[in-house]
Amino acid sequence: MENIAPQLIKVTIDGKEVQVPAGTSILEAARMIGPEVAPPAMCYYKPLKGTGGKCRACLVKVTAGSEKDPRPMPKLVASCITQAQDGMKVENYSSPEVIEARKGVVEFLLINHPLDCPVCDQAGECHLQDFSFEHGTGGTRFEEDRRTFEREDIGDKIQLHMNRCILCYRCVYTADQITNKRVHGVMNRGDHSEISTYISNAIDNDFSGNMIDVCPVGALTDKTYRFKNRVWFSKPVDAHCDCEKCSGKVTLWYRGEEVIRVTARKNQWGEVEEFICNTCRYDRKKTSDWTIEGPMKVARHSVISANKYSNKLVEKPSFALKYAAQNYKEVDDDRPYDKNLSEIKKSEDYKALMAKNEEFFSK
Amino acid sequence: MANTKKILLEHINVPGIETYEVYRQKGGYTGVEKALKKLTPDEVVEEVKKSGVRGRGGAGFPMGMKWSFLAKPEGVPRYLVCNADESEPGTFKDHYLMKCLPHLLIEGMIISSYALGANKSFIYVRGELMYVIRILEKAIEEAKAAGFLGKNILGTGYDLELVVQPGGGAYICGEETALLESLEGKRGNPRNKPPFPAVKGLYQCPTVVNNVESIATVSWIVNNGGEEYAKIGVGRSTGTKLISASGHIRKPGVYEIELGLPVDEFLNSDEYCGGIRDGHHLKAVVAGGSSVPILPAHLFMKTANGEGRLMSYESLSEGGFATGTMLGSGGFIAMDETTCIVRNTWNFSRFYHHESCGQCSPCREGTGWMEKVLHRIEHGHGNMRDIDLLVDVAKKIEGNTICPLGDAAAWPIASAIRHFRDEFEWHVTNPGAASKPGAVYQHLNEMSV
Repeated sequence: MENIAPQLIKVTIDGKEVQVPAGTSILEAARMIGPEVAPPAMCYYKPLKGTGGKCRACLVKVTAGSEKDPRPMPKLVASCITQAQDGMKVENYSSPEVIEARKGVVEFLLINHPLDCPVCDQAGECHLQDFSFEHGTGGTRFEEDRRTFEREDIGDKIQLHMNRCILCYRCVYTADQITNKRVHGVMNRGDHSEISTYISNAIDNDFSGNMIDVCPVGALTDKTYRFKNRVWFSKPVDAHCDCEKCSGKVTLWYRGEEVIRVTARKNQWGEVEEFICNTCRYDRKKTSDWTIEGPMKVARHSVISANKYSNKLVEKPSFALKYAAQNYKEVDDDRPYDKNLSEIKKSEDYKALMAKNEEFFSK
Repeated sequence: MANTKKILLEHINVPGIETYEVYRQKGGYTGVEKALKKLTPDEVVEEVKKSGVRGRGGAGFPMGMKWSFLAKPEGVPRYLVCNADESEPGTFKDHYLMKCLPHLLIEGMIISSYALGANKSFIYVRGELMYVIRILEKAIEEAKAAGFLGKNILGTGYDLELVVQPGGGAYICGEETALLESLEGKRGNPRNKPPFPAVKGLYQCPTVVNNVESIATVSWIVNNGGEEYAKIGVGRSTGTKLISASGHIRKPGVYEIELGLPVDEFLNSDEYCGGIRDGHHLKAVVAGGSSVPILPAHLFMKTANGEGRLMSYESLSEGGFATGTMLGSGGFIAMDETTCIVRNTWNFSRFYHHESCGQCSPCREGTGWMEKVLHRIEHGHGNMRDIDLLVDVAKKIEGNTICPLGDAAAWPIASAIRHFRDEFEWHVTNPGAASKPGAVYQHLNEMSV
């Protein structure tokens, strides 16, 4: 037995300290503390090597680089690809700059996204939905036409809605690392770039179905499941079977007595724990094929966790509410608005405001 | 200034300088002989460090320092890559240099590769310049025949192979990590940094990526010494710089200037640009290629403090982005009063929209958005809040992207609105007049130069 303890470093994120092994990214360190400080991630996917840095949703502010060099970093950094240093201080939800930049990222991701959530299969378990709910603004300032693509069948089991794609490249990495031959990729560049199989090659690899699981939005959808169900009407159950190709550990989604789809198990961050093969995914849709383990624990804050196995309804995360309250205070001035109007009218603030108004209108 | 020192373009007018014989007669390849026979690689690096020469590709990072950052693990090859993917609108100096003086670049490549310990070096040339690639390949053949390339160069035991690689035809491939990806045969997407190329570059080996002009200066530095080079120029901007002058000037072209030349002299003297075309006056200047902030004439000629500006890294960036700009890659675009700034800004944004690689979201979506808004303003469908929207979008792109293309797309737009806001407002308030071809807003308080 090797008895070498990994070198631990100390990182402070939003005032909370955590000890992590050297070489951990800021995002992973934040996830060790908990969801209240973990930055959102749209492209980073821990099981896939090389992902991250693309969506810029996980931008954080580093106020002190390390113990040795406590200078702050000049720009916001992508926490998923930046390694934590000993003594590093990071601001995530506590930095208005980060919140503002993240609002921008939501807006950018949504300007070419069709917002067809009512008819989208991913709705309810969509990361973009969660991300914009927690970090975005209510409206958009984008008035132009959105880019559009034709729907495309890639393989007999997967349909690609390029309109919804946020180009996180996760499916490309999946095909690279899970399957033995990648036949799809990114064509063109800029906002007209698209995921495609060159001259529409079909993807018929045994593990191609995992691309549906890793897709954070509804761009890659399961053709056997399309338009059959809404996520929140189905009950997920953990199950396993003896599979010669994969681990066989899956989640079954029941609607009534029927297994409506099979997916890989996902953790709290929406990341697949073990990739499953297409046989498990598409061909074993009877309860008798599986050994049921019990209800799936839904750990994500999302519609997905509503109406499942407890009475607890969807809650907006408390840190978001806290931030909203704080922010509201900043927008408003300090006038006490619990007083009645006549009292307010007597106050100095009110008079000053009226004087300002008059000055403005007299111009 | 007749006594301006010419370092790169000294023999530019000699007929046949692109051939090996003429180049050799004019003292070519003496730098290689000196470096390989008399100096150790570290001494060459030291000379370059002493010279204080800064990267000529746009960022202005000291070249000697970049070289000294190169990791040197045992048993791992090191690479030198010459970035000749010059695609910045307004910059055409590398094209000119490679076309007219291919051997100068090759000589620089040999010395630099020797200094860095690279046995295989690459010149990544913009794909559109096929004829330049043929010129370079011919020059490499000539150098090989003369014994300056290949195995055991000049009997010193140093081997070097030089490969010319045509680019994939994208502006983004001029970003050093995207260039390396493209060179490896992949899609030209910039990599996440760190690790920097000096640690993990081409094929995950330590790599230095330098601009054509930077590498071309090395032979002079080796021949004459780094200290001699540092005497030219002003302050930390040492040496000479090629400026590609274009726009409404009498004599567009590539000029070699000593850094620290007053902008007034550069713009108006007959040796250089020769002044603005007859009957017109200067309105705005883009000093270093389309990516740098645009400046109105009065701020370009004089800093906000009233001092005359010089063509140097420090002087041009004086005042920050509020009243200054950058030397960048030296793409000098002068515009007279017939130029519509809104149209010009739209044109730039169209370029960045087309060239964004689409990897990170702020740049991918933001460049397209800004282009569409600018198109609307230019064609008379804008409104006042669009102007603030542009500023806000530019702010949200800037600094939040993987590579500097996001900054490069945001800066020209932010600066155009900062300095020419009235022109944007005129476009909004007079959509009919402003959207006519050639319509230009006349500034009421135009500063004469």
